[in-house]
Parts: sequence; structure tokens; C-alpha cells
Amino acid sequence: MNVMTERWYAVGSIHEIPRRGARCVKHGDVTIAVFRTAEDKIFALKDKCPHRNGPLSQGIVHDGCVTCPLHNWVISLETGEAQGADEGRTASYPVKLDGQTILLCPTPSRAFAE
Amino acid sequence: MRKQKLVIIGNGMAPGRMLEHLFETAPDAYEVTIFNAEPRVNYDRILLSPVLSGEKSYEEIIIHGDGWYIDHGVMLYKGHKVVNIDREAKTVTSEPGETDSYEKLVIATGSNPFIIPVPGHDLPGVLNYRDLDDVQAMMLAAQSHDKAVVIGGGLLGLEAAAGLKARDMDVTVLHLMPTLMERQLDAAASYLLQRELESRGIAVMTKANTKAILGTGKVEGVELADGTVILASLVVMAVGIRPNAALAKEAGLEVNRGIVVDTGMHTSDPDIFALGECAEVGGQICGLVAPLYEMARVAAAHLSGDTAKTFVHTDTPTKLKVTGIDLYSLGDFAEGDDREEIVLRDATASIYKRLILRDNRIIGTVLYGETADGAWFNDLKKKGADISEMRDTLIFGQAYQGGAPLDPTAAVAALPDDAEICGCNGVCKGKILSTIKAKGLTSLDDLRAYTKASSSCGTCTGLVEQLMSLTLGDAYNPSAVKPMCGCADLSHDDVRRLIKAKELKTIPQLMQELEWRTSCGCAKCRPALNYYMVCDWPDEYADDYQSHFINERVHANIQKDGTYSVVPRMWGGQTSARELRAIADCVEKFDIPTVKVTGGQRIDMLGIRKEDLPAVSAELGKAGFVSGHAYAKGLRTVKTCVGTDWCRFGTQDSTGLGVRVEKFMWGSWTPAKVKMVVSGCPRNRAEATCKDVGVVCVDSGYEIHFAGAAGLDIKGTEVLGLVKTEDEALEHIVALVQIYREQGHYLERIYKWAKRVGIAEIREQIMNDAEKRRTYFDRFVFSQKFAQIDSWSERASGKDEHEFTPMAELRLEAVQ
Repeated sequence: MNVMTERWYAVGSIHEIPRRGARCVKHGDVTIAVFRTAEDKIFALKDKCPHRNGPLSQGIVHDGCVTCPLHNWVISLETGEAQGADEGRTASYPVKLDGQTILLCPTPSRAFAE
Repeated sequence: MRKQKLVIIGNGMAPGRMLEHLFETAPDAYEVTIFNAEPRVNYDRILLSPVLSGEKSYEEIIIHGDGWYIDHGVMLYKGHKVVNIDREAKTVTSEPGETDSYEKLVIATGSNPFIIPVPGHDLPGVLNYRDLDDVQAMMLAAQSHDKAVVIGGGLLGLEAAAGLKARDMDVTVLHLMPTLMERQLDAAASYLLQRELESRGIAVMTKANTKAILGTGKVEGVELADGTVILASLVVMAVGIRPNAALAKEAGLEVNRGIVVDTGMHTSDPDIFALGECAEVGGQICGLVAPLYEMARVAAAHLSGDTAKTFVHTDTPTKLKVTGIDLYSLGDFAEGDDREEIVLRDATASIYKRLILRDNRIIGTVLYGETADGAWFNDLKKKGADISEMRDTLIFGQAYQGGAPLDPTAAVAALPDDAEICGCNGVCKGKILSTIKAKGLTSLDDLRAYTKASSSCGTCTGLVEQLMSLTLGDAYNPSAVKPMCGCADLSHDDVRRLIKAKELKTIPQLMQELEWRTSCGCAKCRPALNYYMVCDWPDEYADDYQSHFINERVHANIQKDGTYSVVPRMWGGQTSARELRAIADCVEKFDIPTVKVTGGQRIDMLGIRKEDLPAVSAELGKAGFVSGHAYAKGLRTVKTCVGTDWCRFGTQDSTGLGVRVEKFMWGSWTPAKVKMVVSGCPRNRAEATCKDVGVVCVDSGYEIHFAGAAGLDIKGTEVLGLVKTEDEALEHIVALVQIYREQGHYLERIYKWAKRVGIAEIREQIMNDAEKRRTYFDRFVFSQKFAQIDSWSERASGKDEHEFTPMAELRLEAVQ
């Protein structure tokens, strides 16, 4: 693991995201969707559904998942993996809370772990 | 291997089944072409009666959809009646002029209804009962709720009568013989049947000899030989069928009553087969589906090279497909010196059972009111079983033999594996049990898909369900409700009922009380629950923004690339220079790539970036537009034609009414989208008769239609009723939509809701109960107080701004 790549950015306060909702963070050409669940847990996924690139930030958030607005794929907020019969995975990003502040690392989790 | 050319004339159930067998055993043997005189695919004619009575739709009785023909590479000519077979050249030619050559030909032209050649038999309003066109004509005629006469008290005639009665016609059945269904029933069972029909309000006249059909220009009545005249605007003739063998006869094939075939279904020409109702085997013709399906099996075998299979006539049980009447008849039940009979009667319960025995063996059965043991009696008859051992208890049925307990599934459990359960499709008990186990099936639909058991006339459904519960135990629950999603075991109906009964007024409260398995539902149940709450508690419940689909959150329609489209409301489809200019300006200002006119008489602007949406709304709002709710489970559009304002045929101010309805009704959520139309005259140029709600203006007022569809399903509307004034039209439409709001399942369109709760029931509540109608109307008006808020002006003034702007754009320095 390369510690040098671990950079955390403050992207805003948890109160700026509605519960069971999402906001977007722009990172160059990439849009990252930051989700807040009913229990105030925070997750970050690339804002593209593995199916047809639907903007996941616009979906309905329920339990630990989001349902894509285009064709109703259900994506795990934690792993980015499609649930049920569908197969596919979208990139997830490390994200954590420092008090009310959301800290995001814009390098995808899997690359991060390798 | 080169494929041979197989041409089939006719596309009914017999050739359809033959192809299924053929594609299974020899999928690559033939290149198939079908000529169908009817302009449609293969559908289940046995189920035309439920279509007539309104219990099923045409879509539900289709056996092979268009996709099936494509998948199997079958060329299907719809609406092509074959007029000539040239056996020399081996070609057939259709009426529209298509000629195709064959190497093997199958004639399956079915039968024609027998027409009694009395004066007036060709008047408009005299119908037969053979195909979907006949049913549709009857359904149309039934909209008059006038008097109908059915000539013929046999199977078809009685089903037609019951269907027309279900559609509110005043029905009289005329039957030439002294008792109904005399070929299938004895006098006692006929009596019970007649009494049951009469108690349903169907008049039955036996020994009624039709002398003439009266009327000038159209049917007005029927005159009997004894001089009696019965008034009627519709006459259905269902007195029998005769094989349609004319084409074969012209082609020089051997024809008797039907097309003569051997037990391998070959006609007198070795390359031509015939099967179905047009075929005659061993001097007999068949009209019930089971022997026709057997013919299909034999013909398919011979076509694929297995010439060992032969057709044998067997007795087929008869059942009447009228809901609530249980009737079963099999074999020979005439009286005779060499016969004995066992009879059971229960007058209060209207049960009659009769077994006809010869040499201690069952040769015939008539059951009325209680038919569960039909399959067992049939099995004993087929096997020629000696019944002397159980003679004393035989009539009570199988559950009483050997002192077995009175478990409802005991009878079916005791049947041997080769007992036939589904007569139509020839499926025996063993096949059903083994398929359930092998495929791990748990639902009736799946079982039907794999075995076809109970998929034709459906009368054996009860037996099939018993077999399922026998095999699966508690895992099979026939009355199992379809849960609204995986989060709960409750159906939409249950949830709606409990919201009211338990006064559940928030989603968390509901999930707690109704034991939801997930912490905050899913994308299926949350929008539904949110809608139910908004609908039932309009003044108390706070609409949950996060339980709406994105389109309803941003008041625009998401597109495949994540951009949005916006449709401004144009009341009644009318616009002006000022509005068009504002749209044009907006398109240029925001560089909107596509502008399109919609099917609902509106203008759609596509390809708008999400972050531009508030500004686009503001811009359009300045010109006086409100959101067109093109995304909403709510009132979308009211289309109109120009009516008396301009049109020389217009009878009322259709545009005015359309604008008024739209302004009155936009805003409140509904279970699914609602599209309306007001047409200014019966020419119906705004296309009112395929919409959720349609109004057709006539001289005498406003004819209100509802429950049409023109999307995935195509369905003409039902007539709700005729009202005199515009005010009444509005009140009726609003009340109708409010009932739908209160009863509909989320995402269930009006036509599906209406089918579920019943057209007649809805009509009754709106047309015949002014007080109820008024309370529905008032409840809608109340809910509008909280719903008619222009979402665009809210957005433009900054509401939910977070939805449209990114939370952050990442800069380069790290914080940790």
C-alpha cells in the first residue's frame, strides 16, 4: 500500500446532504456521488451505474443501497456492487466523517487496497 | 439438411399445438408459413367466454404472441384467407393475392357457425359466436344495456348468455329442445342449470322454435312459431357448427361432413394433412379441444417421420365455463334396459350426481353443483374398473372410499399417477407431480408454463392447485397474496386498508406497525407508501421528498445520458405566440439540443443539464408556464380537438371543457399517470377511446369513457355514462379519478384497476349514487388544496437548491 496516495479532502458538512439522499463532488472529469443514509452513514461511489452509466446520485437511497434512476439496478453503497441477479460493480471511494465534516479520498477503494 | 416447405391454412389452437410438438421433436425439419384468415395471432378460443363476461382480456388469452412466430422463423400472414389450393402446382393463394408453394400442406380451417335460414337472419345485429371479432361485436352491442336474445341453449349459447348478462344486457335464451344442453345433460341436471340461470336474471324459453328475425334495417326482435315476439337489439345465433371443408372440396380432396382423414391425419392427398374441427376421422368430427390437441400430436408425429402414432376417439368431459356454475358430463347417460344408475340429490345445495353403470362399470357421469370427483369417475370409466366393491359409497366420491378422512386433498392424493387431470391438454397427475419436483415449481403460473395443465379452459385449476399443495405442503398457498415488495408480506390492498384502519400517518410508523423487514424500505415500496400517505392524509402527512423518483424531485424527465427533458403545461393543448416565443427564447438561451412535439399535444425540450433546470423553470415561469408534470404519477395532459369553436362537426366546446378539466385537476398525485382527452363529436378526432379518461361530446351532452390503454397494452375504453352538462361531466370525471386514487395500487393504470375492481362496480358508484359521487368529488377538491402548488416556481425561488449544485469541486491541497 502506498501511503503517499492517501489524500483526504474536506468536501462539506454532513448536513448539506439530505438523509436518504446524495450530493455530487466533481473531481476533474469524474463525478463522485456522496450518499447519506437514514442512519447518517456516509458512502461515496462513482456517479455511474455499471449498467448504462445512470447517475446513481439521483436514485432512491434505501438501507445500504441506492436504486439507479434509469433501469432500477440496485447498487450497494459500501462495495459498489450490483445486488440481486444483476452483475456489475462501480468504483467506491474511501470516505469518513471528522465530526460533521465529510472527508473524501478521490482514489477508488480497490486501487487503494492493491 | 434442407428444410421442407410446410404451409398451414388456419391459425387456430389445433395447428398451433401441432407446431409446438413439431418444433420440439424436429425443430429443423420445416420452413413454416401460416395463412390466417383472422388478422391476429393464435389465441385460446375456449376462453372467449371469460373475455365476453369481462373476466379476462384478449391479451390474457393469447397463446402465441408475435414473438413466438419470429423466434421460430414462422411466416404468418394475418388476414389472409386462402381461396385456392392448386394441388398440381403445389401452391396456395390467399384472397389478398399472396401465393406460396408447399411440399407439405396442413388444412386447419376449423368450422363455420350454423345459421338458421329464417327470414331476417342476415340483418345487422345478428351475430355468431366463433371468434374474437364476434366477441368484440357483442361487447360493443352490450354497451347499449338493451335486450339481447341468444338462440341456442347449448354450451356456447349459454356461455354467450352469461357473458352478455355480465355486461348488463337483458338476456333471453331460446332453445328448440325441451331441456338445456340436452346432448350433455339429463333432464334433472338441465332443470338445475335452468333454475340457476333464471336466478341470475337470464330468461330461458325452451321448445322455442324461431320463425323469423324481425326488423327493418337492423334487428328489432325475434318471432317464434307460436307467434310470441321477443324484442331485442342483439341476436346471437349459437345453434351449432359445421366443419369448414369448402376449400378442401374445391381442391378435389375427399370430403364427407368434414375433410376425410385417416388415423394419421392424412387426407386423400398424401402431401396434405387436415386437423381440427374441419377434419373427420372414422366418420366422426370433433368440437372439443382435447381430441383436437390429440390430432395435433398425431399430425406433428407424422410430419416429423414417426408414422406409428394414430388418433383414437375418446370420450371428453364437458364443462360449462360460466363462473359459479359447476357442471360435468361424460360419456353415455341415456337410459336403457342393460343399465343401472346411482343418483344423489341435495335440493337445498342444488347438487345432483348421477352415475350410469353397465355390468358394474361406469359408462357415463353427470355432475351438477359438485364436480370435484369428475376426474376420479372419469378414471374409473376409462379403466373399466369393476365398482361392485364400493357400490354403496361410490356416489359420495373418492374421499369416502375405505373410510378415508375428509381431507379435501385426500381425493386427489388417492388418484393413480396416470389419472387425467387436465382434459384439454391431456396432462395426467404423474406428469404434474414430477414437473413440480424436477423444476422446483411453487406457483400455478409456472406449472402452467411447463405442463400446460389448467391453461386452456381452466376448470381443472382446483385439482391442479390441490396437487400443488399436496406436493409442496405449506410451501404452496394458493391464496398467497402477492407482496408489494421484498420488504414485507403484505399486498398493496392490505397496506392501503391498514393505513386507514390503523391510522398510520408516517412511513416510519407504518414500517414499525406492519413489521417491515428493512429499515427504510426499498425503491419499490417507499414511493408507493409515500403516495398512499399523501392520498389518504392530504392535510396531515408531509410528502417525503426522498421517497420520490428523481423526475418528481426535479420536475423534469431524466434521459439516458443523465440530462433532463422539460414539458411546459399547455392547457388543453392550446398555446399562443407569446408562449411559443418564450419557448424559443429558452431553447436558444440554454442551448437545448432537441425540441419535439409530444403525443399529448405538448412541446418537449430535451437534453437540459441538471444544473440548468432551475433557471429553465424560472425562464418558462416568467412567460406564465407551469410544469407540465410530464413525469408525474398524476394528471399529465388533457388533449382536445377544437370543438364548436371552429369545427363544423363540433357538438360541444371540447377545448373549453378540456382546459377546465386540466386546470381543475392538475396537481394531486394518482397511483399512476393519468391521460385524458375531450373530443368534440363522435368522430372522436382527439382519440378519446384509448385513454385513461375520455370524453366524447354528443348533441345530447357528454359521453364519459374510461379505462382505455394504448401503450404496452391496447384496449378500447369502457363507457361510464352520458351526462347532460359540462358541470356534471367535470363532477363525474373528478369523482372517478378520486375513487381510483383511493383504490388503485401504486403504478397500476386506470384500466388495470378497473379490471381488478370491476367496471360495473365503478359505474354503479359514479353514475347511480349522487351522494357518493359528491363525497368523492369533495375529497379530491380537499386534496387539491395541498397539491396545486407550482413546482417550477418553487424551484426557481430556490427550494431544494442542494439538488442542483455539486457539493464541492476538489481543489488540490489535502487536509490530512
